[in-house]
Amino acid sequence: MKSVIYYIRSLFLLELWKGMSVTGRYLFKKKFTLNYPEQKAPVSPRFRGLHAQRRYPNGEERCIACKLCEAVCPANAITIEAEPREDGSRRTTRYDIDLFKCIFCGFCEESCPVDAIVETRVYEYCFEDFERAENAHIMTKEKLLAMGDKYEAQIAADRAVQARYR
Amino acid sequence: MAEEQTITIEVDGRKLEATPGQMLIEVTDGAGISVPRFCYHKKLSIAANCRMCLVEVENAPKPLPACATPVADGMKVWTCSPLAREAQKGTMEFLLINHPLDCPICDQGGECELQDVAMGYGKGVSRFVEAKRVVKDEDIGSLIATEMTRCIHCTRCVRFGEEIAGMRELGAVGRGEHTRIGTYIGKSIASELSGNVIDLCPVGALTSKPFRFRARAWEMQQHDGIAWHDGVGSNIHIHTRRHQVMRVVPRDNEAVNETWISDRDRFSYQGLYSGDRLEKPLMRVDGELREVEWQKLLIEVAELLKSTETDRLGALVSPNATLEEMYLAKRLMNGLGSDSIDHRLRQGDFRGEAAEPALPWLGLRFEELENLDATLLVGSWLRKDQPLLNHRLRKSVLAGAKVMAINPVDHLFNYDLDETLVVAPSVMVEALAGVAAALGADTAGVSVEPGEAHRRIADNLKAAERPFVLLGTLAQMHPDFALLRRLASDIASAAGGRYGTVGEGANSTGARIAGILPGEKGLNTAAMLEQGLDTLMLLDVEPEFDLANPAAMGGLLGKAKVVTLSTHLSPWLEAHADFVLPIAGKAETAGTLVNLQGDLQSFRGVARPVGEARPAWKVLRVLGNLTDLADFDYESSDEVRDELMESVGEFALDNTLRSQEAPPARLEKAELERIGGVPIHATDMLVRRAQALQATPDAWKEGMRLHPETAASLGLEEGGSAVLKQGDRSLALAVTLDGRVAAGCVWLPTGVPGSEGLGEGFGAVTVEKA
Repeated sequence: MKSVIYYIRSLFLLELWKGMSVTGRYLFKKKFTLNYPEQKAPVSPRFRGLHAQRRYPNGEERCIACKLCEAVCPANAITIEAEPREDGSRRTTRYDIDLFKCIFCGFCEESCPVDAIVETRVYEYCFEDFERAENAHIMTKEKLLAMGDKYEAQIAADRAVQARYR
Repeated sequence: MAEEQTITIEVDGRKLEATPGQMLIEVTDGAGISVPRFCYHKKLSIAANCRMCLVEVENAPKPLPACATPVADGMKVWTCSPLAREAQKGTMEFLLINHPLDCPICDQGGECELQDVAMGYGKGVSRFVEAKRVVKDEDIGSLIATEMTRCIHCTRCVRFGEEIAGMRELGAVGRGEHTRIGTYIGKSIASELSGNVIDLCPVGALTSKPFRFRARAWEMQQHDGIAWHDGVGSNIHIHTRRHQVMRVVPRDNEAVNETWISDRDRFSYQGLYSGDRLEKPLMRVDGELREVEWQKLLIEVAELLKSTETDRLGALVSPNATLEEMYLAKRLMNGLGSDSIDHRLRQGDFRGEAAEPALPWLGLRFEELENLDATLLVGSWLRKDQPLLNHRLRKSVLAGAKVMAINPVDHLFNYDLDETLVVAPSVMVEALAGVAAALGADTAGVSVEPGEAHRRIADNLKAAERPFVLLGTLAQMHPDFALLRRLASDIASAAGGRYGTVGEGANSTGARIAGILPGEKGLNTAAMLEQGLDTLMLLDVEPEFDLANPAAMGGLLGKAKVVTLSTHLSPWLEAHADFVLPIAGKAETAGTLVNLQGDLQSFRGVARPVGEARPAWKVLRVLGNLTDLADFDYESSDEVRDELMESVGEFALDNTLRSQEAPPARLEKAELERIGGVPIHATDMLVRRAQALQATPDAWKEGMRLHPETAASLGLEEGGSAVLKQGDRSLALAVTLDGRVAAGCVWLPTGVPGSEGLGEGFGAVTVEKA
């Protein structure tokens, strides 16, 4: 009896039709696909993308070279050098994040006592010309501050939304 | 002394042995029971003002401070009972009331006693809502950064100034919340031990200025090291980050430096990374220094050394070089057939070579300095020359000992001298002979009638149970050193005591163990300078500043082929050196230093040598190989040291003069005499390049110092300019008036900028208004 049913099923390609019916249903359903890059997926305010360094509203950089992010970084991606600035304040002379090492865990942002280092919503970046520092995989202090300047409005808005959970 | 009785106390249920008079905290520390504290420090007096160490004691109505509670037999103590815990937590909360929450920008963060204790005893949230106190900072010099808002008034720094440094420079002003620690008059700290308050400060109120903001405690590796500037051989910790020296802090060694180090040892590391540090091997081609490959340079140097006539080849070795470097330099020179090698670069008198003691040293162990009851310092500003020996001697003074001095400058000590003879350098021999005569000792051919002061010094020495005569740095540089040494030895034996010398550098004892002295046919430093050489090898020597007679050195450099193993390229080396071999600096090379009490202290290389620099012992080993010397295949510096120490065997420190021969005094009296010597921050290449030290009041300000009366008779004024003539050399210098300088003298040391244009540090000079 079993073999008869099996024979009929395979003769009429029943399983194929079953599969094809799923395909057919989705063929006429509304599509999920995003036409990236014309269309983009929504991003959470908690998204951990490319890093940035923020400034205070008066233009002063926030980072005070406490080196907690360097210490907490599980991938040892951050390198900081510091010395007194001319006005005697504590500032970094070098703040590098190696994006090849970074695992985007967000610990640096969490450890920062002054909300200087943050991870932005930016996830679109590439490295092409390693000879030139501005294109290489090292996020230097200048690049980080420039990122911060560019996305400050978004960064500030995201932090405001998240403030109650932190 | 009767056997010390012990009593038994009980702490947290543990029975502990203690001696009567001990404080509770000493007993718990000894047993490894931790009691939090801020103001208590084992080397300072007890203040009991932080109240952090409150513990519960049986039958006491309130918790008692462990640091100020003497032990009693059968005492029962609980260090973490609910009562003690509550008291400690309460104290912590009060301490944190006015302490700013700025740990992220505080250099103490990560190694802060307050931070640590707050983790254990602090509350998570502050209940204090009122405004916090803010205290204005003071600029107290180039070494210590202040952030006085962070101060918790433990007064360790104040007590350090009074009790250890001997200068009350910091003090507390105001009461209660308005207490401020400061200098009150806003001056910079001038103590040569001032850096120790950085370690003492339990919070970040006093931190290191050269190190400011540069690294965090957790980023650095800690290595053991030995300080490389004076004969004490202080034990230090070298902190490195990414193979670079970041700072130096003391390491406890009761027999050597106790808990302290001098500022020179602490901050000199700055010189390692100065602008003229040598990174590449250089060779003179067509009159100018060009970069070359190590291999080529070493072959050329070996060729030169082999081709030089053996009696025209000589080497000068820094007294700060390691034992291993010295031994290999000696083997290299001897292997090449030359006996001319010397480390006594600053010695002013070589006429006493026949009498030279077998192995000169301090004459006693460092601890014994504390128990002396009369000391005569000859040509010594011990306080600046050997700060930690002076600290030991100061303890003897505090216990009632008498210290006297015969100096050309009335140097300021951090204790009162009983008698000071301030005489021109040419009169120093006479003055010392006067003391010898008053003691009834042989005066080594100097005819002198002892005066009042001589007799008083003699009486003090005679009355003392443990008298001591110390020949200082200036005495060693004196043109009549042989005579001074002979007299010191006579005085010491007549008074029933000992005499000692302080050596020239960090390893002068080691230099003698390694045999860095001219052999039978060899020339000593003075003879090399006088007779000239065809090839001169310098090991870690800066020719313009490291020699007693820079002018003569300049002459020798001009004539000889110069091979230099050096860390820095000084202007004279740049002008005269033919082969420049960059060597690893202090902290970058392994080695051994022998201090003035004969302790052999080895250390590892802990930082990466700058550029292509290589440890000097390796460079010397390769030179040995290239000049075809046998048995020159050392694999490590330990191997070199072991070979040397095996051949030396047990060495015995010995200050006994080997002959009683006494040369006649040769320094003649003149109308105006120069006073030489070498100031604290000019002793070697590294210190001279440490910017922070050069900005302290101890650094020599360019110019010369004269007694106001002498200056007036010459028509000179403070701040004016004058031309100093010594022989056929002259130099225009600023004039500083200084009542401490002996009348009829000009104080202008060697080793300071400007001095390289002149001859030796003593003798007749003339000064004219410019």
